[in-house]
Formats: sequence, C-alpha cells, structure tokens
Amino acid sequence: MSPPLTIAVPRGALFGGTLDLLDRLGLDTSEVRSNERKLLFAEAGIVTMRPSDVPTYVEHGAADIGVTGKDVLLEQSDREVYELLDLGFGHCRMVVAARAEDDALGESLRRLGRVRVATKYPRIAAHHFAETGRQAEIVEVKGSVELAPLTGLVDGVVDLTASGRTLSENHLEVVEEIVACTARLIANPVAHKLKAAEIDALVERIRSE
Amino acid sequence: MTHPIPPGTRDVLPDEMRELRVLTDRLRAAFERAGYGEVWTPSLEYEEVLKTGDDRAAGAGYRLFDEHGEVLAMRSDMTIPIARVVASRYRDAEPPFRLCYFAHAYRQVERGTGQQREFLQGGIELVGVRALEAEAEVIALCVSALEEAGLRRHRLGVGDGQLYRHLLVALEVPQESHLPLLESLSRRDLAGLEMRVEQLGLAGRDRDLLVRLPQLRGGPEVLERANGPVADAVESLRGLYGLLSERGVADRVIFDLGLVRELGYYTGAVFELYDPAVGFALGGGGRYDELIGRFGRPLPACGIALDVQRVHLAQAAEEGLK
Repeated sequence: MSPPLTIAVPRGALFGGTLDLLDRLGLDTSEVRSNERKLLFAEAGIVTMRPSDVPTYVEHGAADIGVTGKDVLLEQSDREVYELLDLGFGHCRMVVAARAEDDALGESLRRLGRVRVATKYPRIAAHHFAETGRQAEIVEVKGSVELAPLTGLVDGVVDLTASGRTLSENHLEVVEEIVACTARLIANPVAHKLKAAEIDALVERIRSE
Repeated sequence: MTHPIPPGTRDVLPDEMRELRVLTDRLRAAFERAGYGEVWTPSLEYEEVLKTGDDRAAGAGYRLFDEHGEVLAMRSDMTIPIARVVASRYRDAEPPFRLCYFAHAYRQVERGTGQQREFLQGGIELVGVRALEAEAEVIALCVSALEEAGLRRHRLGVGDGQLYRHLLVALEVPQESHLPLLESLSRRDLAGLEMRVEQLGLAGRDRDLLVRLPQLRGGPEVLERANGPVADAVESLRGLYGLLSERGVADRVIFDLGLVRELGYYTGAVFELYDPAVGFALGGGGRYDELIGRFGRPLPACGIALDVQRVHLAQAAEEGLK
C-alpha cells in the first residue's frame, strides 16, 4: 500500500531536524539516513531534494507536503503553497553583512548614491533595500557569497546565517538583520483539500509535541 | 532554427488538438443541454470598460494603444466581458440568462514559473437568480459536465469569500489589522496568520476561532463545527448542502471555510475545482451580485470557469488508470 502522503524533505541544514521530526511521527527514516545518493524513498513516502526545490515539487503536487526554510519561501513568494506551521527548528537569520574594518555600505551610498550587494536571495535583498529607502544593485551569485565583498565585487552581502561563523571567518560582520527564519511545513493546495484528514492529523501531532 | 514564442504560450498540433476538441465538445454539449448558450466576446476590450467591472481590470496583463490612442487590454477572464454583454445586449430581456463560453484569456506571468500567459477557459454564468438554487445549479452542472468529459475523481470546494471578513468585524478586531490578516489568508500563509492573530492579544476562544476557522474543510460535518459569529454565512452553506443533496452531487463537494479567491468581484459563495491528478485547481468561480450592476443593470449572478488544459491533464490521467 502506498503511504498516505508524499513528503518533500530538504537535504542540507534542515535534513537532520526534518528526519528527527518524521521519526517522532512514526515514519521509518533509517533508509533515508543511510543512503545519501538515493533521492526517492517510495515506501516511506519521502522524496529528498535541495531546500530551494521543495516549493516547486509541492506547488506542482509532486509532493503533498514538504519542509523548507522561511528564507526559501520568502524568496519564492509567488509559489502557490500553503504554509501550515512554523516547525521551530533550523533557526537562522537573513542579514546584511559587510567588511568589518570599514563602512563600505554607508560610504558607497553617500558617495555613489547606491549600494552593491551580492546574494543568493535577490528578491529578499531587493525588497529589503527598497523598504528601507535605499537604491541597491543586486548581484546574484550561486556559490560562496562571502567572496564577493573581499574581492571588491560588492560593498556587502545579503545572506542567511545561523552562528555567524562563516561571516566572521571571512572578516564580515552583520550590520542589519532582515528577518529571522525557521523551518516551515508547507502543503500543496489541492492535497490540502483532497487529503485534508491526513494533513490535519499530521499537523495536530506536530502541534501536540 | 526555431523561432521563439513567448513563455507561457503554446502551439497545439493535431494529436493534442483532436483530444482538446473532444473534451470541449463534451463540456459544451453538457452546458448547451442545460440551457447555457455559447457566446463569444472580443479578446481585446477597452481598458476603461474592464475597469468598470474591477478597478484593476481584473488584473489584465497586457495593454496596447489603438489607432486613436485608446487603451485596449487583453481580457484576463470572461466574467467581466459577459457582465458587460448582459448589461448592454440584454438590457430589456427578462432574466434569468444562462450563458457559456470557450475562449482564451491572458494573464501576466513570471519567467520560468511554468504559468500560462494565454489559456483556454471554458465556463458557465447563470445571471438573474438570487436564490441558492443558482449556486446549486452551477455546481451540479459543472460536476456532471466534467464527468461527461471523463473525470471520475474530481471534487468541488465551496466556501464563502466574505466569511473571514465577517468574522473579523464580529470579533471587533481593529480595522488596521484586517488587511494583513486577509492577505495572509489569501497568500495561504496559515503560519503567518496564526502569528498575527497571536499578536492581537484576543481572548482564547476568539483567538482559536480566527486560527481554526480557515482550516475547517471537509464534508457537511465542517458546518456543524462553525457557529457563533459566522452562523449566518454557515447557515447559507448548509442550505446549499441540502440543495446539492437533492441534485445528488453533495458527496462531490468539500466545504472549505478558508477558501478565498483572488478576484475582487465575488460577493458570496466561492468555488474551486480539484482533481487528485493535477497539483493546481482545475478552475473556480463564485457568486458576484454587484458586478453586472456596475455596467448598468443590477442583476445577481454566479458562475464557474474551467482551465481546459488542466482538465485535459486530469482526463488523460484518468484514462491512464483504466
């Protein structure tokens, strides 16, 4: 018999917390834990993927529900998914960071009328600077964002940080906090109606933890 | 070499076209048999006229100038053009009017999201009936037309687009909090809604109602669980359940007290159609009692529009199950 719900599980920082949660809900995640290369675990109803793909699979109904970070949901705010619960783990902050030794952001804004920031979150970054009344040039990068200000590509970065260690190791310091992020439970809108009982039961069990 | 077409548009070749034609013929036959005559209206309308119906011109995505400098807009749905048709072409005729359509509509899309810029809608509008009979007729016809088109597992969600607004007023939630709460709801952000409700500092029972009500969805038992300030709205959904039972389609309906539709012209019941094979709603609609009046002839109305391509997906999946 196929499992009642297909769950999109994010690999990466939220992987452990998500599997622990699923364990507590009585799912068998041992195969998922022991098999790093396999992506689809049909018997357990689990599909694993990078966190930023979770809203895509859930929006299209390839997974009924999924776990991903609030940062991903904010960046992909036009996805048609239900955000059901704040799961309370995976705490981190979306921040603006810049070189510790000088005020590159302020200087750039004062003299050039705009700031240049590198980020993997162009929407969140653009929205934050627009909200705070500053012109910003957003440079989208895919890899380590910390490199960008060190090489003079940009004045600062917008990035997600948990402990701030990677930032400080690269001589960057947090200058503004944009938003605090945690893991969220999301659901496909059609599954939310057609599998209401299964989804509600799951939500209730997580709530009563 | 290929010559591009805009993202969100598509060419349809004969194999698919034959299937689409069979599908739309079946839907059209079902609508016609029920007395819904087919209409065509222009793809291009004056923007001013669309704005008469909805101040955002129902979210029209494309505008252009004609040779006189007038602003034209590509229609983003068929309901507003039909409201215009009813108020101007049927100015002196005796209602009710039953109309159906199969036509393309246009919306703006974001690059890379796979949304459709041009999409074929098939739908029905029942104009001039204020009673709940109208909702029941439209729902039952839509459910049975989809059955004739080959769907077996489709369900129709019914809610009340004004329900949450009424609840906010009844619980005396400060006016300035209404919009953020309603926005959370229409963004389907239930976690955010809960957080915002917590910040209101309401008594336990009111707080629970605001958080739990939008999550109530299911069979008629859902209506038993919603009382208090929303009793009136729920009473009318209960009446609708009775009418749908008489028509034998009550088991296809999901009552959904959290259902909201984006378009601003709905005044009462709202609908959405689902099939387990498709991750997106197949269509939707609702009651819009004020829209036609804005064009000069006040008449109550309700209708449903289907996204034909998504219905085709559901139908193809259904055939795969056989």
